Amino acid sequence: METNKKNQVMESETIRRAMTRIAHEILERNKGMDDVVLIGIMKRGDILAQRLADQIQKIEGKQPPVGALDITFYRDDTGQRGVSAGNNRPTHLPFNVDGKKVVLVDDVLFTGRSIRAAMDELIDYGRPQLIQLAVLVDRGHRELPIHADFVGKNIPTSPKQKVEVLLQERDGEEAVWIR
Amino acid sequence: MGLQRKDLLSLEELTAEEMLLILDTAQSFKEVVQRPIKKVPALRGKTVVNLFFENSTRTRTSFELAAKRLSADVVNFTASTSSLAKGETLLDTVRNIEAMNVHTIIMRHAYSGSVRLVAQNIKASVVNAGDGTHEHPTQGLLDMFTIRECKGSLAGLTVTLVGDIIHSRVARSNIHGLIKLGAKVRIVGPATLVPRSFARLGVEVHTNLEEAIKDADVINILRIQLERQDGKFFPSSREYATMYGVNARRLKLAKPDVLIMHPGPMNRGIEISPRVADGPNSVILDQVTNGVAVRMAVLYLLSGGENADENVN
Repeated sequence: METNKKNQVMESETIRRAMTRIAHEILERNKGMDDVVLIGIMKRGDILAQRLADQIQKIEGKQPPVGALDITFYRDDTGQRGVSAGNNRPTHLPFNVDGKKVVLVDDVLFTGRSIRAAMDELIDYGRPQLIQLAVLVDRGHRELPIHADFVGKNIPTSPKQKVEVLLQERDGEEAVWIR
Repeated sequence: MGLQRKDLLSLEELTAEEMLLILDTAQSFKEVVQRPIKKVPALRGKTVVNLFFENSTRTRTSFELAAKRLSADVVNFTASTSSLAKGETLLDTVRNIEAMNVHTIIMRHAYSGSVRLVAQNIKASVVNAGDGTHEHPTQGLLDMFTIRECKGSLAGLTVTLVGDIIHSRVARSNIHGLIKLGAKVRIVGPATLVPRSFARLGVEVHTNLEEAIKDADVINILRIQLERQDGKFFPSSREYATMYGVNARRLKLAKPDVLIMHPGPMNRGIEISPRVADGPNSVILDQVTNGVAVRMAVLYLLSGGENADENVN
């Protein structure tokens, strides 16, 4: 089998098209951008959230507010995988989330546990009107009843494989790999 | 990356990278304690024991708040009400506490080295909250955090520690930490309280306050610890204030944006004048605020298991 081999499943052009489509879908689903805020989960979801905001700006002429969540302290597996502090900047939500339509943005949706942590953290900040989820890649293998509202690409994987998202702003290149 | 150690006993044994990890993590926790809900579930289900064999209000409260804001359960234990009063040994006392399945013991004791003795004999994590005249690592870390927050970095700064160096665990933790992160450290006070032998730790030893605070970026003023002094180290508090009290006139010798720090409790009018303590350069209360975030970082980082796998989605 080729499980140890790296396979590229998205490149910069497919990532760009997927993000453009998600921006349109967010506007369509929410009938515009009233009360819509984008909140990215660090450390790549925040980059994608900013890109979606820029894209929405091109379409609507106005940018929705953008925030970033560091979910480290809300994870349920601190004891199992060790702590992972120091990687992230602190959570930054420059607006009140009460009554907002929050679109959570992450790079990869896998077990759903990061999303659970992000929702717990978000709810400690206030009471959003609703929470939607946008991801670049849905790789399956959910362990919680969570699904994405907006998906860039569904990629079937085995649980042992790793999905690696590389973004220009952070990694200096643009690609999605499976290995 | 977590901290690859069971205990935090001193800054002498930490690397610069470990200290920076704690300071960076504390930065995230500082944001947490400014939220409407100042609490995260990171240590849910863990138990932290505050084991203080010496009086303390500030440090114990700070650790207690830190643990509670991480959702840990906290038990406070004070020596005067303990079995030690009935003749139990220190190790028996802590082994009994450990047998109740606690995860972290925060310990303060009047004897230098006692915290390490306990750490070597139990499986729970131990955090040194001050052992005799040895070290007070979380105070050192919160001092460095406060300086870094105001100045951006510690490298190249001149930090002057004033006062009772020989009895000060805060001074020892500051010296080890600051030097590793690239600051220049001066110590100053009466020769009886500032031994020349400290020079081998890499600090400049002064006895003239005005020389020592000239062009300083930070002045950290230590408390005159009358309770730890078993003899006469200076003729009178009044003479000490005249020679080594930091006042507004002397402050002019330091850089205009000098930071004034004090680990508390202050003896106003002895080591620090009220005008300096309450003046625009003072960050004394910021130190207290930052103490909670730094202690959250320490408790959190010590609670982790193996190293983090970066690639979990």
